[in-house]
Order: sequence, then structure tokens, then C-alpha cells
Amino acid sequence: MSRSDLKTPAAAAAGRVSTAADAAGAARAARETVTFPVTGMSCAACQARVQRELERTPGVEEAAVNLLLNSATVSFEPSRTSPERLVEAVRATGYGAELPSGAADLAAEEAERDRQAEAEYRSLRMKSLVSLALGIAAMVLAPPPAVALVATTFVMLWAGRHFYVRAWQAFRHHAADMNTLIAVGTGAAYLYSVPATLAPRFFESRGVPADVYYEAVILIIALILLGNALEARARRRTSAALRALTRLQPDTARVSKDGAEILVPIGAVRPGDTVVVRPGERIPVDGEVSEGASAVDESMLTGESLPVEKGPGSRVYGGTINATGAFQYRATTLGAASALARIVKLLREAQASRAPLQRLADRISAVFVPTVISIAIATFVIWYLVADVAPAVRAFTSAVSVLIIACPCAMGLAIPTAIMVATGRGAELGLLIKGGAALERIRAVNTVVLDKTGTVTEGKPAVTDVVALGGRSEPELLALAAPVEALSEHPLGAAIVTAARARSPELAPAEGFRALPGHGARGTVRGVEVVVGNRAMMTDAGLDPSPLDGVAAGLAAAGKTPMYVAAGGALAGVIAVADTIRPTSREAVAELRGMGLDVVLLTGDNRRTADAVAHEAGIERVLAEVLPEGKVAELERLQAEGRVVAMVGDGINDAPALAQADVGIAMGTGADIAAEAGDVVILHGDLRAVGRAIHLSRRTVATMRQNLFWAFIYNVIGIPVAAGALYPGWGIRLSPVIASAAMALSSVSVVSNSLRLRRAAIG
Amino acid sequence: MSGTEWLVLLGGIAAIAWVNWYFFLSGRATATAAARGGADGVQEVTVVVQGGYEPREVRVRPGGPVRIVFDRRETSGCTEDVVFPDFGIRRFLPPERKTVVEITPPAPGSYEFTCGMGMFRGKVIVE
Repeated sequence: MSRSDLKTPAAAAAGRVSTAADAAGAARAARETVTFPVTGMSCAACQARVQRELERTPGVEEAAVNLLLNSATVSFEPSRTSPERLVEAVRATGYGAELPSGAADLAAEEAERDRQAEAEYRSLRMKSLVSLALGIAAMVLAPPPAVALVATTFVMLWAGRHFYVRAWQAFRHHAADMNTLIAVGTGAAYLYSVPATLAPRFFESRGVPADVYYEAVILIIALILLGNALEARARRRTSAALRALTRLQPDTARVSKDGAEILVPIGAVRPGDTVVVRPGERIPVDGEVSEGASAVDESMLTGESLPVEKGPGSRVYGGTINATGAFQYRATTLGAASALARIVKLLREAQASRAPLQRLADRISAVFVPTVISIAIATFVIWYLVADVAPAVRAFTSAVSVLIIACPCAMGLAIPTAIMVATGRGAELGLLIKGGAALERIRAVNTVVLDKTGTVTEGKPAVTDVVALGGRSEPELLALAAPVEALSEHPLGAAIVTAARARSPELAPAEGFRALPGHGARGTVRGVEVVVGNRAMMTDAGLDPSPLDGVAAGLAAAGKTPMYVAAGGALAGVIAVADTIRPTSREAVAELRGMGLDVVLLTGDNRRTADAVAHEAGIERVLAEVLPEGKVAELERLQAEGRVVAMVGDGINDAPALAQADVGIAMGTGADIAAEAGDVVILHGDLRAVGRAIHLSRRTVATMRQNLFWAFIYNVIGIPVAAGALYPGWGIRLSPVIASAAMALSSVSVVSNSLRLRRAAIG
Repeated sequence: MSGTEWLVLLGGIAAIAWVNWYFFLSGRATATAAARGGADGVQEVTVVVQGGYEPREVRVRPGGPVRIVFDRRETSGCTEDVVFPDFGIRRFLPPERKTVVEITPPAPGSYEFTCGMGMFRGKVIVE
């Protein structure tokens, strides 16, 4: 069955809508709904079969297969099954199914949108230029009224037709919009001019001049169309960042199967497939490197400008570009679950959201058009009653000017265009800002609370100091300790192994390994008995650790964990391991403090380690030894002091604290760069992004306010001037043509002002 | 004041009154429709997109998903997106085609949908 009836890219993007209430307890009641296209069903029996199969799949609570829409909507427990498994289940029945909405579908949608927009732009430009030429000719040549009548009728029916059609449709719905104003304004001028052309005597005999307004009608339509064309073009640019993201994913992947490399469409890649990437190629799907090494440019996804080193075990993301090396990797998350698709989804949701500032614009635009029409009628009546000379003409042109100059569009565009551009700009900077409300709130932050592990620090221990005794070099000491630690499962041991491998990749084997949990481990390396562990471990082994106590105490005071090493029955040295701070943390903290913000370190770690990290990062206020459940209480206490608090932490452990904070900022790192928690996600683990988010928010809110102010003040000044308020004192009047030029400019200027955010200096 | 002036004055007042009545007071009831159960039991309603949304208000029963078929019968760029801010949905509506949006309202209440720039509005009311 053809999918064309439904299968707009959008329909496949029906996406996941969480059915769980947003309220507390969402985690427990977690139930997700996914809709995906199913192909090949031709009858009710097929439908029943697919439905039965889905209902039998463990973890599925409810399945509804729709034959007409060619889709299945399934609600399931995410802990027990996944969209991937559901798709597999449908495929097992012999029908086709695809994961919903990968980035590729979105790219198709954006391409379709581009075609539409381009066609609209061309048509508007053509119509406006032809009308403009006719209008100028009518003004300069002053043709006989009958000729002008024909030209005007042509322009109204050809170029301005949609104004009247849309105005009529809106009117039938008891609604009024910009089209209403243009249609009523130009329509009135036209309807006045036609009888004045055909029966001028009728007017003159009653003392009313038989004026015609043809060139005004043509020029008004021409100028407004020109404004619409410019606006259509500018509006496209507001979503440029989103469009760039949707185009990242390549169409095909090189999959290695039975020793051969075959090029397959991206939709045919399965989790577990081995994908081959050559130098310079774009990485097709998410996965984990299994063989080879390379550097990968992830800037398009995370905003991180330096290439990221990848080796076996590293995660790679679809849409990023491989630099010089070649490697193979195992495909993991695909389709809607991929990092790229999730970033695109979050960005789209953000762009669909509304900012609190919008409410003001909403309230005004709801009553705007009928109010303007009322003002125009009042203008007519007043001028008719007070004008000494030609009251009908004065009244009429002023009323038409009021209708034409009023611009509800500028007000409607003020906030949404700023949100579009700002969230897109954020994504380019590696910041996913989830919606207009968050965007508006960030600027008010005055206290930034930083989680320690994984936020200020790298989140994984590394060897920081090596002190070797007895004439051994530091690498020699590491080479002795590492084989023993390679067999232990302790995270601190892993740091020693990594450090040793960095100096020489081959480790000697260890024999007779024994671990003493909480103390250390021992084994024989190249015939030498090696003991690695804490002070107690040394005493147990009959060694006197005291010569190294001074060194160890110094290291511990700096927040590091010292590990003693003994070899061949003698003390051999100390290796210190610590969670090192990220290279950019110190600069980021300085920047935040420079912006006048208070920076607080919050951690469950002991005070000594916390103080050491805080000192290194330049943070003065430290809240240490806070249990995970105590973090929320600490934030509440800060908020009770009247502070507006931003909490920066990882999206998993700190999720409750992120939710409690006024602004929750999740560090998307490693396995999960597009974390779901928080109002903002930092995609590249660089703390400097916090300052950028605040800068961006300040700029955006400023832009929103400027837009609202200009859109508002434009109407507040424009309408009375058009109505002739300045005429009594200063003799200033606006012709309807000037009014239409002003109206065309006002919405273009609002969009252009929003577009400036794309280039604004951020941090 | 002359007779014509009186006529203009009274006519103007009447016109203003009518405009405000027509756009603000009348016509509220005509623009709502109730969703019907579709083939698979999901409530379904069609909204015509043409210079606005017809109907502007969709009434649905609580519980379960609601399928809204947007039938866009124009090419004007203004209505090319439909946005459900409460659900984080922004959907492109290709011109002269039907596009399905499915939402699952969590509780009774009113859920707004708008065009991409928030200028045209409609509502899903869960009773």
C-alpha cells in the first residue's frame, strides 16, 4: 500500500509522547508510547496479525495497529522492551517496519519545507515587482481612470488575491488577521473608486469629489507583498541551525559482513552490526569503537571545536566526521534513539515552546484587528465631522491609512523568532536549551551550584603523582604496580593501569594475584613480589611505611588518594590517584565570578578533597559531605536566601537537584550527550558553556523586549499618526501608500533583529 | 450638524458596535467539534487549515490518545507549522495534504495549538 497519503515525513515523526504524567512519580509510572510506520498490510487480517504479535511481545501494555494510517501505536514499559525490539517483532511477522523519525526523515521534511518556502518567496517577489512597476507607472503616467481601473482589478485579482481569500475565510470563522486589514483597506479604496470612475456626476452633484485611489491600491499591495517576500526569506534563516543538524546524517553506512564491506542504507543498519569508517568520512550511526583509532570532529553535534580522540571502547556519534584514522565500530543506538535524533528532537521541542513574555503579545494580538477596525471607523467619522475642506476625502484616506499601517504581524513574530534563533545559536555553541521559559529564566541566575564529580572534575580518577624510592624511575614503579592492579577491579587501580599503558603499552603478566578488599592487592611481576595498597596493607605485609608517611599525608591533604607500593620486600614508592579537574573549569569559574555570580561547589565527597578541588578551580564556597538526598535541601536553603540558583550536574545522579534548581543544567557526557534531565544540556562537558548560556539568555531576552517594544510602539505611534493626530498641530498626514511601506518594514525589522542573535558575541 | 453628518456619526457607531460584536461575542459556538472514535478506538477529529483552524475547538473525552488530522488546504507560509506547546510538538503541515498529529492529554483541561508564529490558535478541550 502506498504510504504517500500519510507518509509525509512528519507522520513518521509521530514520535514518542510520554504518557506518564509530568508530576512526581513519573519515573515509577514510566510508560512510553511510540508510533511507527508499518508497511505491507493490505487487509484487516494482516492488521490483526501484526497487532497480535505486538501484544504478545513482553513489556507491551497496549498495541493499536491502524490499517489506514499504516502505523502501529504501542505503549510499553521502557524497562522491559524498546522501540527497536517492537520493530523487530513486526518484521518477524513478514511486514515492514521502521523506527520513527531518524534525522533522515527530518532532513526530507526540511527539504520539502525549503521547496515550499522558495516557491512562496519567488511567487511573492514576482507579484510584488510587477505590481510595483504598475503602481509607479500609474502614478507617473496618470492614465485615464478607466485604464487604471483595469490595471487595479488585475493586480487585486492576480497579486493580492490571497489577501481577500484569507480575509474572507478568517471572517467566516469570526476571526480577523492582517489579511482582514489589508482586504478592508484596499477593498474600501477600490469600492470608492469604481463608482467615482463610472459615474463621476453622481458624486459631484452631491458635493463629494469623484476621486480615485487606484495607484494607492496597487502600491499598497505591491509594498506589502514585498515585505512578505523579505519576511519569508528572513524567517527561513531563523531555523537554519535546526536544518543544518537534520542534514548531518549520511544516507548510507559501510557495514562489514562475513569479511566483505557492503554499502547499505542507513535504515538497514541493525544494532550490533560492524560499521567501517574511512578517513574523512561522516560517521553514519552511533556506536562503540571495536578496532582502530582516530580523531573525530564532533563540533557539529557538541560545539566542541577540537577533534576528540577515539580508540577501542570509545563512543562515536552518527553525523560527526572522522578525521585521519580508519576504524570499525559496533552500531548501538539507531533511529530516534540516536544522539543526533534526540538533539534534533529536543531542539524542535524547544523551538515549539513558548516564552512567558509571549503572553503579553498574545493578549494584545487577540483583540488587535477588531480594535484597529473600530479605530479606523472612528477616524472616518471624526474627520468627516471636523474637516472644513473635503471632509469625505480626508476621512476616507485617514481611515484607510489606519487600516494599512496597523501591523499585528510584528507582534506575533517578536517572541517566536527570537526563540528560534536563540535555541539554534545555543545548539551551535553546544548548548541545548529546552524551551523559551528556560531561555528566559537563565538570565536571572545569580548563584551557580556546581556538582564536583564529572562537572568540575573529569569524573574518573587519574594518576597525578608518582614518588619512587630506591633508584627506580617513575615509569618503572608504574610498570611494577600496573600488572597487579590490572587484575583488581578497583577504579583507582584502573587509573594506574591507564597511566602505565600510556608510558609503555605492554604490561608484564602478574602471577599469584590476591586482592584484599578495602586494603589493596598483591602478586608477582617478573619474579618480584609486589604489594600495592593503603598504609594498613604495608603493615600487614610486615613493612614499615613510615618513610613515606610525610609524602602520603601531603598528597592526602591535596585531596588525592595515596597508594603505597612495595616490591621485593622493600618499600618502593607512592602513587597518588585523584579525580582531576577539567582543563576548562578554572577559567569557567573565573568567568562566572567575573559576571557577578556566586559559585558554590556541592559534593558528597569529604571536605578535604572538596576543598582541594575548590581551591584548584577557584571556588570559595564549598558544601561538602552532602548526601545525594541532601542536595535538594541545600538548594532549597540557597533559594530561601532569595537566590536564583542554577545547578550544574550530571543528568542521572543529580536529576532531583537539577529539578529543584531554578535552572537545571545537565552535563551531557560520554555515553549520553543528549541527557533528558535539566532545562539546559551542555553537550561537550565544558563548564564554560554555563557562562555562555547566561550571556545568550541575557541577549535573547533583550532582543525579545526590543522586538515587543518596537512592534508595540510602532502601532502605538503609527496608528494615531495615520489617523491624523498630528494634523491639527503640525499638518502631518500619512498617505495610505506611506503607511503600507511602514507596515511592510515593521515585521521585516523584527525578524532581522532576531536574526542578529546568530552573530551576537556570546561569552 | 447636517443630516448627512448625523447619518455618518450614527452609522459609524453602529459599525463599531457590529465589528466588536461579530469578532468578540458571536460565533464562539460554531467553531467547536467533538472527536469521534476511529477504527481502532482512538478518538479522531479533522481540522481544516485554511486561513485559520476549522474547527477552532476540539472536544474530546478524557483518557487515551487523540488523533488530530490537519487538512491543510493552502500554501500560505503562515500555517506551515502546527505547534502544541504543552506536548513539545512542532509539526510541518505540507500544503494540500493531511497530516496526523497524535497527542495524549494527561488530564482534563484545555490544550492549545497554534501556528508556527502563534498567530492562529485552536484548542483541544478534554472534558
